Amino acid sequence: MLNNYLFMDEIKVKVKDLSLYYGASQALKKISMEIPEKKVTAFIGPSGCGKSTFLRTLNRMNDLIDNVTIEGEVIIDNTNIYDKNIDVVNLRKKVGMIFQKSNPFAKSVYDNIAFGPRINGIKQKSVLDEIVERSLRQAAIWDEIKDRLFNSALGLSGGQQQRLCIARTLAVNPEIILMDEPASALDPISTSKIEELIQELKKEYTIIIVTHNMQQAARTSDLTAFFYMGDLVEMNKTEIIFSNPAKKQTEDYISGRFG
Amino acid sequence: MNRNIKDSVIEGITLVSVLVIILVIVSILAVTVVGGWKSLNWSFLSEFPKDGMTKGGIFPAIVGTAVMTIIMAVAAVPFGVITAIYLAEYANEKSIMAKTIRFAVKTLAVVPSIIFGLFGLGFFIGFIGKNMDGLLNGGELRWGQPNILWASLTMALLTLPVVIVAVEEAIRTIPREMREASLALGATKWQTIKKVVLPGSVSGILTGTILAVSRGAGEVAPILFTGAAYFLSDIPHSLSDQFMSLGYHIYIMSTQSSNVDATLPIQFATTLVLLLLTFSLNAIAVVIRYRIRKNAK
Repeated sequence: MLNNYLFMDEIKVKVKDLSLYYGASQALKKISMEIPEKKVTAFIGPSGCGKSTFLRTLNRMNDLIDNVTIEGEVIIDNTNIYDKNIDVVNLRKKVGMIFQKSNPFAKSVYDNIAFGPRINGIKQKSVLDEIVERSLRQAAIWDEIKDRLFNSALGLSGGQQQRLCIARTLAVNPEIILMDEPASALDPISTSKIEELIQELKKEYTIIIVTHNMQQAARTSDLTAFFYMGDLVEMNKTEIIFSNPAKKQTEDYISGRFG
Repeated sequence: MNRNIKDSVIEGITLVSVLVIILVIVSILAVTVVGGWKSLNWSFLSEFPKDGMTKGGIFPAIVGTAVMTIIMAVAAVPFGVITAIYLAEYANEKSIMAKTIRFAVKTLAVVPSIIFGLFGLGFFIGFIGKNMDGLLNGGELRWGQPNILWASLTMALLTLPVVIVAVEEAIRTIPREMREASLALGATKWQTIKKVVLPGSVSGILTGTILAVSRGAGEVAPILFTGAAYFLSDIPHSLSDQFMSLGYHIYIMSTQSSNVDATLPIQFATTLVLLLLTFSLNAIAVVIRYRIRKNAK
């Protein structure tokens, strides 16, 4: 099924026969796909289908879990990120991640955003100031919290915290942003702000989003991949997946017959 | 039995248990304060014992206990924190290494304190001290005998498992999401520990270590053979000097004194000083925890 819908786009991420095992049980079964640059790609599927696990293979977050084995290749910009001599730290700077539960540090708004630049050795205050403002503006939250930069980030609302986390990720200049159900814990207004933000961000970044919410996938994404029981069932342009899917499983899931 | 009656009976039993605890604390405090209050004054704190320890103060015992506690903390806390970081952050739970360390820590925690004393005598004095004398002093006896350094290190071994457990618990209260957030921003593991995990658990680390150290400050058994002295006319000036300790001083005065009854007020006052010392360490721990929690909000 590789991949006539992509013919016009630059490929950013190319996955070849990726399998993942927790101990002896296989959670991902020979996944292959191509993800285009500066588009939004959505992963959908029922709970436990492997979509979040797959997302976390793209910045090697699964490395943190004991007893995980991975086979296959993930090629980002012509480099297999599972090669032995890959520096995981540099990979994660390039491939940022937003989590389901917003996870700001128990520090000020400013220190949250400056965290990434600081661990990369940027100390000059004027440079940090500039990065903090630019990141917060990009995440569409500057106007709301510019007077509270030195208050604790934990005092922000849930939706603001999530946009803060997005700003924090933008501050390290990633090229790809992974989002693991970024709005599932948010109210509808905060959710729509995140979705608008995704549309803005895709102009500069490659975005890959896992979502439970099919309207969200339909609204925000250019491509949609449907996962089921560790398999990639089908991937295509979002409007095709939602109007005329090739596989019956996809149609059943999208029309709400299971999942 | 009627269910309601049973309920009240159970509540009654829990209440009685609580009252017993309170009674114990209150009677310890009351007896000590009433018995020692009158003898507790500045000259008691600042003078040496006199007349075969039937009169005078406890200044050298206070200094000895304080210095020993400090050396113990300097040795035990960094070591314990580093071990706890390894266990909480680096060790694979299922690895033989982690299991061995955990088993060692648990075993160390249940070893009777007198055994630590014997170990200190054999290891620090008999082995390390003797060899240091052989190498540094041409065989002349200096380190191969009881002193405040060996006593403090023995005490450090005793408190080490408590420090490790307390610090590891504090580190584990930091949720996994925080570590993931940091790693996903391109932080290394050590940067994550240094910038996210340790700052987040500092109140737990401080209170845990202070409590462990204050527990050690009052112990007697481990220092019996390793450095505590019956009576000294001076405070320790070097790590190879012996020292007097409050706990040991109480024991001496209540069992070895020429006139136990006559020195009863001094014994109570010494006990009161020891209690105040450990209580104030505990109070410091509580204040630190309160302050840091308040700042975090």
